[in-house]
Amino acid sequence: MENIVESPIKQKEDTSKKPIKKMMLILSKATIDNVYACFILANGARMEGIESEIFFTFFGLEAITKKKLEHLRVATVGNPGMHIPTMVGGLPGMEAFATKMMKSEMEKLDIPPVGEFLEILAASGTKLWACKLAMDMFHLNEDKLIDDLDGVLTVGDFYNRAQGDNTQLMFI
Amino acid sequence: MEKTYAGQAISTNEQGYLTDLNQWNRDIGTEIAKEEDIEMTDRHWEVIEYLQDQYRKEVPLSVRKVGKSNVVSIKEFYQLFPKGPLKISSRIAGIPKPVSCI
Repeated sequence: MENIVESPIKQKEDTSKKPIKKMMLILSKATIDNVYACFILANGARMEGIESEIFFTFFGLEAITKKKLEHLRVATVGNPGMHIPTMVGGLPGMEAFATKMMKSEMEKLDIPPVGEFLEILAASGTKLWACKLAMDMFHLNEDKLIDDLDGVLTVGDFYNRAQGDNTQLMFI
Repeated sequence: MEKTYAGQAISTNEQGYLTDLNQWNRDIGTEIAKEEDIEMTDRHWEVIEYLQDQYRKEVPLSVRKVGKSNVVSIKEFYQLFPKGPLKISSRIAGIPKPVSCI
């Protein structure tokens, strides 16, 4: 029993803690479960006094597209968390039904609809960025996106904003 | 735990939140605010009074609810208590730390 390797995690505990200063979240999917995960993490950061920014790329752009953001759905096909067979998940109306269920459960927990959540994030100081490449790909103009948008960035711009100590990047 | 605020012994939990709102007064709130680097203004106190009122009514608090209260907007709430609005205002108000994620 003398040769037990010491856990590296234990050693780290001895050094002084460095709190997270900034969360940089990248949202690439606009299923409602992904969008809420991203928003709750960004908002939770602000509530703890941590800076936060969201980069909406690829299908994530739908979460800030005016006409689409209130019609996002939960994926019932290919989502193991749903615990229903793929065939059943693909039946007509299943997505709409599951989405309605999820939204009503969310409301009970005081989690706002997507549009209101975006307003809360903007008011909290979370920066909301759209990805330039994804906008070009989907032929989207800025006027199709929410008014609270802070701007359109390239990936490089976004990484530049992540500079500084104790910044975390997260891909959702 | 016990801490001394405004010359009184006050019972708090490990995170520095008061465990008994009856022990609270404005002088104590002001001293806790100083620990959080906050200079209290009338606007701050209006928010604090609202939070205490909600706590007495046993309404669970969230940033969303505070924003809808017509007492303060979410934007101003963040301006008043920049390092974590709900967490810090609750501590100054002498009520427990809220458990909401929103």
